[in-house]
Parts: sequence; structure tokens; C-alpha cells
Amino acid sequence: MKRTRLGRLLATSVLGLAGRLPLAWGASGWDELNMPRGVTSASRSIYALHMMALWVCVGIAVVVFGVMIWSLIFHRKARGAVPDVTLTHSTKVEVVWTAVPVIILASMAIPAARLLLKINNNADPQVNIRVTGFQWGWRYQYVGSDVSIISKLSASSNAASQLHSGISPTSVPHYLLSVDHKVVVPVGEKVRLLITSVDVIHSWWVPDLGVKRDAIPGYINEVSFTIAANRPGIYRGQCTELCGRGHAYMPIVVRAVTPAAYQAWLKQHSLSRGEAAAHTPAATLTST
Amino acid sequence: MAELLQTAAHAEHDHKPHGWRRWVFATNHKDIGTMYLIAAATMFLIGGLAAMAIRAQLFKSGMKLFDPAMFNSLTTMHGLIMIFGAIMPAWVGLANWMIPLQIGAPDMALPRLNNLSFWILPFAFTLMLASFFVPGGAVAGGWTMYPPLMQQFGAAFPMLIFAIHLMGISSILGAINVIVTIMNLRAPGMTLLRMPLFVWTWLITAYLLIAVMPVLAGAVTMQLTDHFFGTSFFNAAGGGDPVLFLHVFWFFGHPEVYILILPAFGIISEIIPTFSRKPLFGYEAMVYATASIAFLSFIVWGHHMFTVGMPVAAQLFFMLSTMLIAVPTGVKVFNWVATMWRGSLSFEPPMLFAVAFLFLFSIGGFSGLMLALVPSDYQYHGTYFVVAHFHYVLVPGAVFAIFGGVYYWLPKWSGRMYDMRLAKWHFWLSVIFVNVLFFPQHFLGLAGMPRRIPDYAPQFTDWNMVSSIGGFIFGASQVLFPYIVIKCIRSGKPIEANSPWDGAHGLEWELPCPAPYHSWQTPPTEAMLAHGTGH
Repeated sequence: MKRTRLGRLLATSVLGLAGRLPLAWGASGWDELNMPRGVTSASRSIYALHMMALWVCVGIAVVVFGVMIWSLIFHRKARGAVPDVTLTHSTKVEVVWTAVPVIILASMAIPAARLLLKINNNADPQVNIRVTGFQWGWRYQYVGSDVSIISKLSASSNAASQLHSGISPTSVPHYLLSVDHKVVVPVGEKVRLLITSVDVIHSWWVPDLGVKRDAIPGYINEVSFTIAANRPGIYRGQCTELCGRGHAYMPIVVRAVTPAAYQAWLKQHSLSRGEAAAHTPAATLTST
Repeated sequence: MAELLQTAAHAEHDHKPHGWRRWVFATNHKDIGTMYLIAAATMFLIGGLAAMAIRAQLFKSGMKLFDPAMFNSLTTMHGLIMIFGAIMPAWVGLANWMIPLQIGAPDMALPRLNNLSFWILPFAFTLMLASFFVPGGAVAGGWTMYPPLMQQFGAAFPMLIFAIHLMGISSILGAINVIVTIMNLRAPGMTLLRMPLFVWTWLITAYLLIAVMPVLAGAVTMQLTDHFFGTSFFNAAGGGDPVLFLHVFWFFGHPEVYILILPAFGIISEIIPTFSRKPLFGYEAMVYATASIAFLSFIVWGHHMFTVGMPVAAQLFFMLSTMLIAVPTGVKVFNWVATMWRGSLSFEPPMLFAVAFLFLFSIGGFSGLMLALVPSDYQYHGTYFVVAHFHYVLVPGAVFAIFGGVYYWLPKWSGRMYDMRLAKWHFWLSVIFVNVLFFPQHFLGLAGMPRRIPDYAPQFTDWNMVSSIGGFIFGASQVLFPYIVIKCIRSGKPIEANSPWDGAHGLEWELPCPAPYHSWQTPPTEAMLAHGTGH
């Protein structure tokens, strides 16, 4: 009785899952399973490092799990296996299985260290933007101009995200990943972000840019990226450090445009603010 | 009736107090061990209910059961309950039961301290759980308690900190007791390098506990004084440094994760030889690997903070030191595999859990290695990839080892055999659905879903549903565990021999089943020792 009920439960759930899998893969394919390649040289290099590490791990798993599975199948008592009780120590294999991992690790550490040094280079930026996290949104101030943007969750997402709102998230474009004012950056130019926070710790993350850096009160963190010249577009991310009740509701949306369009946008935005030209961005840094 | 019981008790020569006194005034390591295990199981189920609520909330995009603040409380308390309430007390319970039996000691060295360290816990847990019901609800800043966010919570904040102080005191006292017991009460002839691996791993764990629990206590106390007494340790506006808390917390936090897993290594090292009918391969290498892991655990904390903006040189150092941990951990896995190699394997429930541990803990190790690579970590950090990683090492890692240990030693404790068929159901349901639960979380993290969010963009729905379904079935099947244990104690088949496992070695198996209330009042003989330690 018990067995059949449990069995049925198991069967239904396995079938249910199997039913969902093609859906999961069919919906948007690879994007749902793996890290995005992204649109900066850093994000592409990170993707390559990630895949290299993944395949190394898969390789180790095949060997180690293979030996284990061999034992599980062929060294069973039920098959009459007799234990070899003398097999308790072997300096030779122990040296090998200490040394080989060291070599494998070194082969992963060297490219990782190279990439780390490369992507932490913040020298000679062409565009500087101060990014200030707050509960719950982001402020972007363009250094050298008076342009300043406050970027919060879009009204449509906000309405749908209320408890018992009755609005289906699929009916909202880019639910929880859309903002009222996007931050605009030029493609093909090195953009440096100077990231801080006015209240608690936040973290600015856009997967397609390969950039994640914490926004910490009292600190200004630097991070740089250059979006490939042929990849203008809209790139979305989220805050990745728990920052209270609104943590899920402070997305980041970057609009990457051509340098000419960027200059035009900057100019237009600046003119539209007229009187703001008088005060410097530094003065407004902590006055959200 | 009472008189009859009294007579019966005298007939057993146990001289144990009856009724509530036996438990409140307990000094017997077996009674205290039992209480620890019951407390751990209770907290495991409560923490599990929190997890079910989390998975229900995340079943689909936009569905809202709870307010985001309540959701944050649930994730925070789930973490704290599982770490401090379930896994750590379970290890102390197993240590209490098994260390004296395994080293041939009559009891723990400090029995009254033992009583104190257990009885602190119910107060700590009550305080922690009661914080759900105070104005503002439980603390919702994550189990990592980062300031300044942590400073924003109300009455629950000092309650949680006081609960952590209590749990820390309990852990330190328990660790002192373990060290004193192992150092002083080993049977004659039981040299350090003849000790069972469970004793070894616990000895090293106890040193880790003594080293880092005060660090945690200091970190949370500084938060307390920042909040109530006007200090500015972590307050940037007052000249303090929020990142200092992260450094101090993770200096505790990384050894802490090894506190949660080293005793598991010990149990796996007991179970695999028994059911492979072969001595453990590379015993000494196992001891040294454990000690190396413990040492390395003190110099890798920065890998939890790769995105806070540390100098690149520091990031490099923490990446390399973290990768180094893979070497001794690899040695351990290879030794377990070599123990099974050319053995004579059978798959009773303890072995099933141990084998699952080997596979699934290794998967957690692989994702750990990937997380160590700083550039990749920039993408993984703070996402479900991390959630998947640490749940793989803690659930099919630590928790499966606890299940394996209980199924291994329960016959010794109770003198009865549990229902093997049900225990195998428990295993298969657990091992299948723990993967359904956690494997998709790798995909979610890579695809860009941050952790600790109560709602998510619709493209993450499919894998969250799979994960939630796995979670519900995994959670429901854990109810089998207390049922199997209670059924065994009440009506299991009595065991005649000293050991129900034909391949078991170790002093605990030289004692009758159940182990008498007072065991090893005369030390084991050299013959027992030689048989027990296998060398």
C-alpha cells in the first residue's frame, strides 16, 4: 500500500519534470542554462574562462566518478567480490594524486590571474560615471557634465510587483528588469564607473558587460568596461547584494549607443536641465 | 509503579535518575548526545519549513505569498537555523555519543560542562525563533548580517545577537569538552594515530570552533554597540568601515564552513571502510589532509568578497589559497575511492548516503573550484550559482553524512535495527530530489538570477518551478527520517551481536548493542584495540 502510493508520487513527479524540461530548453535555449557571452572583451574572456573551468571539472568528474562507478559495479559483495585488505597505502599513487591536481590547478590559475590583471585596468577612461546606490535605485552622474539621472524600477513593473496585484508578470515588458530612466553609455569607448552607496551595501551587476562591483558607503569602487563597437543595445542587470525590502526592485538598464548618439544625448540632457549647470557633480554625490 | 521502576533501574545497575531529572540534570554523554540530536532534528524541520516557504514564494514569477520583508526574514532565519540550530548541534550530538565509545572512555571529560553547553541551546533557539513575532519581524539582512543593512532592524536585532552569543558559548564549551576528552581520556594504547577518523576530524573541528566563534561574537558585538552605544566600528559616516565587518565575519565564516563539513569527512571515513570490508586507504594522509584543510580555511576568507573592491594583489592571493584547498580535498576523495576499489561493497542505508556524499559533495567541490577563479566569480558572486554550490556541499554533503552516521550507529544506540526498506526509500527520495532541487539553481545563477530575491523576471520561471517541485518532495521525504528513527527505537528488531555490520571495526563495535548506559568503565583490552583499529 505504502509502496504503491510512494511509487505513484515518484512517477508523477518524474514525469512532470520530464514534461517541463523540453519547455525549459525550448523557451529561450542556451540563455536559460549558461552564462551569457556578453558584449565586452572582459565578459567574453570571463565566459571562456568559465567554460574552460567547467570542462576541466567535467573531465575530472568523468575520471573520478568513472573509477567509483566501476567499483560500485564490479566490486560488489553481491557479485562475490573478495576485499583486497592489503590495499591500504601506496606512496606512489598518493604522490601522483597530489601532484597531478597541483598541475591542473596551475593550468587554471595562470589564465585566471592574467585575465584578472587585464580586466582590473581602470587607466585612461573616456567616460566617467559616478554610480550611487540607494534604497532602492541608482543615481548616475556623468563626470565633466551636469547630467544626472535617477534610475528606478519602471512604473509598470512596480505596479505588477505589488502583493496580490493581479497583474501577470508576463504581460509587463521586462518585468523587474526595466527602469524609468536608463543609463546611457557609448559603445567602443572605455567607460569607468565610480561606485558608491549612500545607505547600505548594494552591488551593480550587468552580466552582459561582465561587471559586478559592490556599492559601499564610504568607499568609491572603480570598474571599467568597453562595449564592442558593433554591439549597441540594451543590457539589463540587477542589484546583487541584499539591501533590504526592495533588493529585487532596483534593476540596472544600460543603453549602449554610438559615440555620436551618446554625445547628442548628453548635450540634449544637459540643456534640458538648464539651471543644473551651476553645481558640480561632486557636490551632489551624497545628496540623493 | 514508581517503586517497580526504581527496582528495575537498580536491577540494571544504571543508577540514572528518572523522569525529567534524567534529562535536565543529565551528565551522561549518551543522554546529552540524544538531546543534542533531538534538538538538531527539531531545528532541521523548522529550518526546512522556512525553506519550503521560500520555494513556494519562488515557484513562479510574480506570485506573492509573502511581503518581501517577510521573505528576507525567511531566508535569513533559514540560514541561521540550519547552520547553528541543525548541523552544528547534530555534530555535537554525534560527538557526544561516539567519541567516548570510539576512544574507550567512560564519558566525556567534563560532564557538567556538557550539560550546560546543551541546555544553553533551547534558550538560544527560543530567542532566535521568538524574534519572528516581535514588532518588525525577524532580522532580514541575510545570515551574513552585513552592516549597515543589519542596523536597520528593530527588536529582533539584539535578540538575534544575544542568541548568537549563546550559541557561540555553547559551541566553545562543547569544543573544549571534545578536546579535553580526546587528549586525556583515550584508552591505554589508543595513540593519536590509531584514533578513528571521526575522532580526528572532530578534534580538528573543535580547534576551529575555539578559534573562530569568539571572532563571530566580537563582530556581532561591535554591531550591537554601533546600534545602541554610539560606536562607529562599521559606520562610514562615523569614520568606521562596513568592509571591516565583512573581513571579520568571513574570517569566522570560512573556518565555519569547515566546522560544518569536517565531521562529515570523519563519518564518511568510518562508513566506507565498513561497507567496503576493507581498511581505510591512506589513513595518515587523511589525517594530514584534514589538518591542511583546517589550516587553509584561515587564509581564504577573501574569496567571499571578490566584488567588494579589494586590491588586485589580495584578490590574487585569495584565489590561489582557495584553489590550494582542492589538493587536500582531492586527496580525501581519492582515498575514499581507493578504499572502495577492490573492496567487497554492499549498499545498506549508511553506505548509500556515503556514496551519494562522494558524488554530490564532489559536485559542490567542482563549483567551488569554479568560484575560486576571480574573473568568473565576478559573474557568479551573489547569484543562485553560489546558492547551488553551498547547498551541494551542505545538504548532500553535511546533512547526508549526518543521515549516514545516524543509520550507521542507530543500532548501537538503540540495540535495534531500523526498517531498512523505509530507510532506502528515504535515501532514494532524498538523493533524487536533492538534485532536482539544487542542480537547476546552477542554471539560474549563470543565467543571471541574483540570490535573496523574493520575485524574479519571467525567464527564470521554468527552472525555479523545477527547483521548487524538487524542494517540496525532498522536504516531504525528510519526515520519513524521524519516523524511521522513532519506529526503530520503539519496535525495531533487537540485535544480538555487538555489531549489525559484518565489516565494522572500531571500539564502539566491541560493546554490546545497545551500548550500556555506562560504557568502558574498564578500559578496552589491547586485543579489542587491535581488532577495533585494524592496525
